[in-house]
Amino acid sequence: MANFQAVQVTGNVWWVGAIDWHLREFHGYRTSRGSTYNAFLIIDEKVTLIDTVKAPFFEEMRERIASVIDPEKIDYIVSNHAEMDHSGALARAMQEFKAEKLFCSLQGERALKAHFHDRLPALEVVKTGDSIKLGKNDLTFVETKMLHWPDSMVSYLSGEKILFSQDAFGMHLAGSQRFADEYAKSLLYEEARKYFANILLLQSAKIIDLLNTLPSLNLDIDMVAPDHGPIWRNGEHAWIIDLYRQFAEQQPEKRAVVLFDTMWHSTEAMANAIADGIIGAGVPVEVISLHSCERSEVITRIMGAGVLAVGTPTINNNMYPSLGDMLVYMRGLKPQIAVGGAFGSFGWSGEGAKQVAEALSNMQIEQPLPPLAVKYVPDVAALESCRNWGKTLAEKLLEKINNQ
Amino acid sequence: MQKYECDVCGYIYDPAKGDPDNGVKPGTAWEDVPATWVCPDCGAGKQDFSPAQ
Repeated sequence: MANFQAVQVTGNVWWVGAIDWHLREFHGYRTSRGSTYNAFLIIDEKVTLIDTVKAPFFEEMRERIASVIDPEKIDYIVSNHAEMDHSGALARAMQEFKAEKLFCSLQGERALKAHFHDRLPALEVVKTGDSIKLGKNDLTFVETKMLHWPDSMVSYLSGEKILFSQDAFGMHLAGSQRFADEYAKSLLYEEARKYFANILLLQSAKIIDLLNTLPSLNLDIDMVAPDHGPIWRNGEHAWIIDLYRQFAEQQPEKRAVVLFDTMWHSTEAMANAIADGIIGAGVPVEVISLHSCERSEVITRIMGAGVLAVGTPTINNNMYPSLGDMLVYMRGLKPQIAVGGAFGSFGWSGEGAKQVAEALSNMQIEQPLPPLAVKYVPDVAALESCRNWGKTLAEKLLEKINNQ
Repeated sequence: MQKYECDVCGYIYDPAKGDPDNGVKPGTAWEDVPATWVCPDCGAGKQDFSPAQ
């Protein structure tokens, strides 16, 4: 018997993906709980494979398929998303399973050809609303351009009423259980939030558009099967869809994040005093040091925060490199923050806090106060200024929330 | 006026609407969109656009 078995999703649909227990880094995103690459096998007159896995996991996928059916019986493969964690095993699967056709979107064709060049014959382009008949079931495609790649699309299986949603509604969570109801809600919330913050945040407006148009597609959905993490069954997907709307809307929450790095603990002392001032104004705060927290965790906490205060020392006439990393990552993901501010300790030239202020302002984050800079070590009076500075930011947030 | 479609992501540039968020006023013909303008959805440059059908 093969090591890897398929898991039955519904009568004729099987999970045949791979579990990457040890993955801890995914293009700059720390995947603390590993991940799964989900591929789904539909047994019908035309046996169909939805997406594949990362290249090194080809054998795992093949064994799982073989536990249900001879892989050479696969007729169709659908590529909902051309990124290599789902397409890495595609060319080999097409060749070794002798599949008849590969379906993807127009942008999918371009992306796949630019990845695999002449190794993908029999490619057929589908667009929103197109259906293919598998036998008893039809598979209907809906393009979701830029969610989160130009080629992205989702596929809906009639009969079984499953939406194969590629990366949407997924999370990086390795586990032996295939369904969301087999995990604690708090864990699902945490990982879904982290996934959204790191992968989808930039496209929030498009997500809201998609959620608004979804009902008009009249898809009767029982189950949502993403390409990473657990499958949402028994109507559980309503929970994650609501969560997506909430994340995408980015209404400023009554909470603040004070983010900093520090050279000799002076910027840290400022951060603590600022946090104290924010708490004094009645706004909950989280203090995050870039010494102990990496970028994907930071962006997860920043998402939705009403206030973001960012502190840096000045080193060699520049902000700290860790802040440079974080601000570049943030600039790409474009979190909507109601109130921002920059601060930091410096020795002589003091460019750091100004550079942070400029970066925040380039992200269209409103800063009601100029950067707060303290020479070397803050004294009692400087710490009092920090408290007041933090308090003013918090009050500005409360004013914005009250005016909504 | 002719609309243009982004070959990368499918965004449609409609001259009647322009792209005011990125400094292109409504009524700006494709030819007058600055060469430095990029697709607001995916970041592709003007050279990646084709006349929309």
